[in-house]
Amino acid sequence: MIEMKDIRKSFGSNHVLRGLNLSIPKGTSMVIIGGSGTGKSIALKCILGLVHQDSGTITVDGKDASKGDRDAFLARFGMLFQGGALFDSLPVWQNVAFRLLRGSLKRPHEEARAIAIEKLRRVGLKEDVADRLPAELSGGMQKRVGLARAIAAEPEIIFFDEPTTGLDPIMSGVINELIREIVVEMGATAMTITHDMTSVRAIADNIAMLHEGVIQWTGPVSEMDQSGNPYLEQFIQGKAEGPIEAVR
Amino acid sequence: MKPFALLGRAVLAALAMIGRIALFAVDAVSHMLRPPFYGREFLSALMNIGWLSLPVVGLTAVFTGGALALQIYAGGSRFNAEAVVPQIVAVGVVRELGPVMVGLMIAARVTSSIAAEIGTMKVTEQIDALVTLSTHPMKYLTVPRVLAGLIVVPGLVAVGDIIGVFGGYAVATGTLGFNPAAYIRNTVDFLEPLDVISSLTKGAFFGFAATLMGCYHGMHSGRGAMGVGRATKTAVEGAAVLILAANFVLTGVFFTL
Ligand SMILES: Nc1ncnc2c1ncn2[C@@H]1O[C@H](COP(=O)(O)OP(=O)(O)OP(=O)(O)O)[C@@H](O)[C@H]1O
Ligand SMILES: [Mg+2]
Repeated sequence: MIEMKDIRKSFGSNHVLRGLNLSIPKGTSMVIIGGSGTGKSIALKCILGLVHQDSGTITVDGKDASKGDRDAFLARFGMLFQGGALFDSLPVWQNVAFRLLRGSLKRPHEEARAIAIEKLRRVGLKEDVADRLPAELSGGMQKRVGLARAIAAEPEIIFFDEPTTGLDPIMSGVINELIREIVVEMGATAMTITHDMTSVRAIADNIAMLHEGVIQWTGPVSEMDQSGNPYLEQFIQGKAEGPIEAVR
Repeated sequence: MKPFALLGRAVLAALAMIGRIALFAVDAVSHMLRPPFYGREFLSALMNIGWLSLPVVGLTAVFTGGALALQIYAGGSRFNAEAVVPQIVAVGVVRELGPVMVGLMIAARVTSSIAAEIGTMKVTEQIDALVTLSTHPMKYLTVPRVLAGLIVVPGLVAVGDIIGVFGGYAVATGTLGFNPAAYIRNTVDFLEPLDVISSLTKGAFFGFAATLMGCYHGMHSGRGAMGVGRATKTAVEGAAVLILAANFVLTGVFFTL
């Protein structure tokens, strides 16, 4: 269970989060939608402590996320960054197995490599990319390597920042299915940011719509189409007219 | 009033920066003393900072030593003191020029590359990714580089000293008519242990300063390509100034106290 209470975050005069409240029950899949630049990525980074909120509290299983043993806290998380954030000095498989090659989850070299190759296969990449450098891969391939890295250590809580952006429709389908599988089969808690409404329907148990620094609507995905919320309706239908201005 | 306000603000900003760098240095050292230690990153830093710097260090030293011999010969001949070339070359290179030239070369070659590399990692969220993978950026990125600088730059200075003295020897015996055996004897007899100790100590300080500045400015790089560019520039400037200032202080400590 992740709970965000009244989170505020500004960059100078840019008030990005203005009292965000959201809770994600354990073992469910939450999808956050919202316009570009509304602070979705920042919200995820606040939970991980990569960005510090100006005010508000975040608790994970009832414990304050900013207190206590940070290593143990982070060991429960996996994160796919919007830009991939692969280590470009390391070959692909060492990126994927990064956590398995050092620290508390360290495995023997061969085993870590085998796990990395298995995870790469799950995101639709062949074994021969394992020894290439990230810079030699296409954008979509890099994204999938980032995804493989996020799930490699089988964390309890996984954040996916735009997992299907830049992928072809077939590959998007594969990734959506994978995320669903991770939640259903491994019982992980997932939080996904996406702009792709097909993904939303495939991945989500619940959705939350972020606009102007607050959650405008949150609820089960089945109620999404009858929400009666003008922001959400405009977003789902992709209309230029509505309460959300096209120029932001 | 305006110029004073501007000046005051600049001084305050500079002091704040010095404070932050000092804290960063303390943090780096404290992480050096606590596990985990990333051996592979350390070895690759040793390779990059030490081994791969040898060519540029050697070239700089040999030309500087050679030029120094020519200058001392030309200057010394004005008052019939050409014979002191071996001694002055030895002292000049070992005490001052060797460590300073090597230090500045390391600032140019190593500080810049560290700042650009870490800065790029910062702007592409690789540092954030490290954190989420339970790896402390200070331990994984800074400690291996700073420790490598601390250990390997004295070695580079020793090599620079030897090659610099050799540059002087080559010019003096090749074109100025010095006797090779006498030149070497004069050099060896004249140098004292303190000369060498001061040289290597300076090397350690400069190695620490150069790598630390690269790491600090890289970690605090602004956003985008421009941020990385600015971080790299500031890191090299900072390292060069710090090296020259530390050199002055260390010379004072070793040779006047
Ligand atoms: N380090 C930073 N410094 C200053 N402003 C920032 C910083 N990071 C993000 N912002 C600002 O915060 C706002 C939200 O950024 P964020 O990356 O969370 O957007 P987003 O909702 O993920 O958008 P997108 O869907 O385009 O990825 C933006 O206006 C951005 O300019
Ligand atoms: Mg984003």
